[in-house]
Amino acid sequence: MFDNFPLWPARASTGAGNVDALYIFLVLLASFMSLAIFAMIVIFALRYRRRRGVEAEQIEGSTALEITWSVIPLGIFMVIFAWGAVIYFHERTPPRGATEVYVVAKQWMWKLEHEEGQREINELHVPVGRDVKLIMTSQDVIHSFYIPAFRIKQDVLPGRYTTLWFRATKPGVYHLFCAEYCGTQHSGMIGQIVVLEPAQYEAWLSGGLATGSLASNGQNIFQQLGCPTCHRSDVQGRGPNLAGVFGKPVLLEDGRTVIADENYVRESILSPSAKVVSGFKPIMPVFQGLVSEEQLNALVAYVKSLSPPAGAAGAKSPETRE
Amino acid sequence: MATAAITAEREHYLNKEYGIRSWLLTTDHKRIALLYLMSITFFFFIGGFFALLIRLELLTPAGDLVQADTYNKLFTMHGMVMIFFFLIPSIPAVLGNFLVPIMIGAKDLAFPRINLLSWYLYIIAGVMMLHCIVTGGVDTGWTFYTPFSTAFSNTKVIEAGLAIFVAGFSSILTGLNFVVTIHRMRAPGMTWSRLPLFIWAHYATSIIQLLGTPVLAITLVLVVFERVFHLGIFDPTRGGDPLLFQHLFWFYSHPAVYIMILPSMGVVTEIIPCFSRKRIFGYHAVALSSIAIAVFGFLVWAHHMFVAGISLYSALIFSILSYLVAIPSAIKVFNWTATMYKGSITFSTPMLYAFGFIGLFTMGGLTGLFLSALGIDVHVTDTYFVVAHFHYIMVGGAVMGYLGGMHFWWPKISGRMYPEWLGKFAALIVFLGFNLTFFPQFVLGYLGMPRRYWQYPPEFQVLNVLSTAGSTILAVGYVLPMLYFLWSMRYGKIADDNPWGAAGLEWKTTSPPPTFNFEETPEVTWEAYNYDEIPAPVEVSLER
Amino acid sequence: MSDSPIAVEQHAEHGPELRHHFETAEQQRNAASLGMWIFLGTEIMFFGGMFCAYLIYRLNYFNEFAAGSRSLDVTLGTVNTMVLICSSLTVALGVRAAQMGKRTLLVILLLLTIVFGFAFLGIKGIEWYDKYKEHHIPGASFDASDLIRDYPQIHIDPSHEQLYFSLYFAMTGLHALHMIIGVGIFAFLTFHAWKGRYTPHYYTPIEIGGLYWHFVDIVWIYLFPLLYLIDRKPLG
Repeated sequence: MFDNFPLWPARASTGAGNVDALYIFLVLLASFMSLAIFAMIVIFALRYRRRRGVEAEQIEGSTALEITWSVIPLGIFMVIFAWGAVIYFHERTPPRGATEVYVVAKQWMWKLEHEEGQREINELHVPVGRDVKLIMTSQDVIHSFYIPAFRIKQDVLPGRYTTLWFRATKPGVYHLFCAEYCGTQHSGMIGQIVVLEPAQYEAWLSGGLATGSLASNGQNIFQQLGCPTCHRSDVQGRGPNLAGVFGKPVLLEDGRTVIADENYVRESILSPSAKVVSGFKPIMPVFQGLVSEEQLNALVAYVKSLSPPAGAAGAKSPETRE
Repeated sequence: MATAAITAEREHYLNKEYGIRSWLLTTDHKRIALLYLMSITFFFFIGGFFALLIRLELLTPAGDLVQADTYNKLFTMHGMVMIFFFLIPSIPAVLGNFLVPIMIGAKDLAFPRINLLSWYLYIIAGVMMLHCIVTGGVDTGWTFYTPFSTAFSNTKVIEAGLAIFVAGFSSILTGLNFVVTIHRMRAPGMTWSRLPLFIWAHYATSIIQLLGTPVLAITLVLVVFERVFHLGIFDPTRGGDPLLFQHLFWFYSHPAVYIMILPSMGVVTEIIPCFSRKRIFGYHAVALSSIAIAVFGFLVWAHHMFVAGISLYSALIFSILSYLVAIPSAIKVFNWTATMYKGSITFSTPMLYAFGFIGLFTMGGLTGLFLSALGIDVHVTDTYFVVAHFHYIMVGGAVMGYLGGMHFWWPKISGRMYPEWLGKFAALIVFLGFNLTFFPQFVLGYLGMPRRYWQYPPEFQVLNVLSTAGSTILAVGYVLPMLYFLWSMRYGKIADDNPWGAAGLEWKTTSPPPTFNFEETPEVTWEAYNYDEIPAPVEVSLER
Repeated sequence: MSDSPIAVEQHAEHGPELRHHFETAEQQRNAASLGMWIFLGTEIMFFGGMFCAYLIYRLNYFNEFAAGSRSLDVTLGTVNTMVLICSSLTVALGVRAAQMGKRTLLVILLLLTIVFGFAFLGIKGIEWYDKYKEHHIPGASFDASDLIRDYPQIHIDPSHEQLYFSLYFAMTGLHALHMIIGVGIFAFLTFHAWKGRYTPHYYTPIEIGGLYWHFVDIVWIYLFPLLYLIDRKPLG
């Protein structure tokens, strides 16, 4: 719409239309309210302009009016709130079985890695019609992953994962912007989302260098770092058996129960004493500073791969801790 | 003319003493108000200069006027200067200082020496900020987000943080002075229900200043400690949490926006009844709405953090609370409009600014509804939509209220009239220039242009060019009043005690007032806005 | 206005301490009192930010906070608490002495308060020096290995331990700064008390100075258990 003077970006995801619908409603509401106020001011200013012999009428007020024009706007606002909340809830609940892409942000570029191992810089290729979930972290400062055409945005933080999901609906190339000021080249930290037809996407996938899937890379790192010494898969070792752990509740030493999501696995590698599993001693070495963000992503992908697919990852969608 | 003769006859606060010492060591709230007027006007033009450079850079998609680092410093320092050295002090420190004691029938504020100390703290902070600017500047954004500000920026973060810390204490002491004054120094008969709503607005503003600013102060102290001692309070690589910084920062900085808007709402609430010759519609509703805004304003800070990584449940709570805080503002807009109903309206310059305020504040406030809607905010946060939203309120609202107030009370402050036709002309220029500057930014934001971008994709250029064109017009609109106010101090028509026929104790004393404000302490026996008893002036618009 | 005959008459009716923008001495007194209470409210918000940070990190890193807390000298901390409580007593007695017009007693009590203040600062200095010797001061030379060694039954992350000490120094440092300012205020009050400026009709500065001192004392009463008394039982 409005090709020459666009008022909104292309709609290229399942969520975009919902956001635009609320936006258009709000534009109409705001326009109506503004015009109503302007009109009343103009009409009163003209109708009641000062004239000889005509005095102003002193009116104290009207409690009934005050209540009316408090309650009616409140009602309308609650409708807007609910509508916006529904959209947001949907945005923050990735569906099960979404394809996962790991994103590492750094000053001033985006590094992406597909499950299959494909790596990209400042570009993300996705197929039309597939749910894609981004698992993102930063190597340095806070960034923000913003795709206007999908109407989605999520800050990317150092020290933890945040997630974003979408399903693209229209092939094309769309802007990717960093939307949280991050230093000198903040405005240069841009890229593109390339949405392809499924067949083209498969072709693109197989065309790149085969570096192995993310999970298999993770398995290599797991072995290199000596993790199987304690995390044995045959007998009970000094550390918990990791098969089937991901996505399930875990009972901790201090009595708390947490869900073993991406943030939990990441924290257990970087700061193992924070959440010790019940029945085990806090003897796991600290890997903070010994693994890069990409290696962490691979390890997380590997631990995920030890659990049954599709059932665990998206179901509760345990979102970012506060 | 009669200029020299009149001023020689009567002693007032301006001619009581001459010499720089009598100004720099004054404890007269009216002189301190003028000291502030000069200082904040200075910083307004510094901040405005940075804004012009920003808009010039944004004329073209490429970064071709200044370097990226320079641009980042420009928007940072534009924000810091405008917020902490112009908007937060502006109306309270100039109009509030001048008028609060007079409006309640007092001889001065409760603590005149602390008032002077406030100004000196502001000046010290200003000097620190200027020093920071000329020795390299700071590039963290006015929001100082960590860990960029604590561990990555190579600019003068510590100095800027400390400058704002000192400015914060200036603000706290002003708020303290106002609250104690309003509680303890009201003239006999000046009950709470007879107070001008300007006073209620400043009371609410002062509560926010007192409760919120200290939190900013400690947050900045922690940022400085982190930078100096390499602590890890906000740094995840050292066990800290960058979101803690954001919560602490916004806990002040959201209520701060109400510090910036409430006083100008108070100004508008004085202007509209005067030029409608009617008491304000719904006095108690308007008074209570000021207090409600102050209270609710403290409950909504995390609506700046919807995509920051807070939990879904937090987001829902802060979204719903943000809708609640919009209600008292809406009440004010409706009451102002209703005040005009069956009034007797004249279109003086202050009234034009008041109209502009209502229109632009309404638009800016309505776009707040967009931002409070979670689903919309995800798309438009950190884009030009937000930039447009807050400029509509800060500039279209607060600054227009400030200018309206300056014009309304200029006769009282200076004893002179400004040229009315020029006043109206400048008001119109400001209104047109403002809309051309900032309306395109709403569209830019929804189209996806992020904020704080030195360079941008070419498809955003047309709207940016419109915005820059508007900013040059806006600049003219701001320079004009400064020039004709200065001119009027020497050549302007001598003002009567009450040229507008306005209600309020300030209009019952001379223009300009004597040092102790009143010849005799007034005893109030009438209600506020008693326009049924005050005759309208024969000629409201007094030409030169 | 200040030279007219009426004004001279008014001067005769009140003491020299009445500032002329006030109508009565009572109004001036009430204003000063309200002003100090409000200022203390802002101080609560100021310290509050750090208490908030403390709360969050203590919840998340309890073990490190407990270990750090145990490394503080609880004897010295208790002594300091008693010192401050005694100083608040001398302040309260000083206000009463002023009310009763007992100038010498007032001066003595104010001086005692200052002595207690210095005692507090001195002991705090000793504690900080101890932390310095143990390499517990955050920054480049921070070293938590002694705590890691002493408490093998918990796992201590050095960066979280450093957070505890960051907050310890920030909070006690800010408190100490307020104490120093308080001592300065009381030095000023002592000087003027000695000069006979405070009478049963006018002792407002003593009163509001006392309010400030009591506030600083109360902040310590909160800091002491929060910093020194975390989990003082055998670590499990």
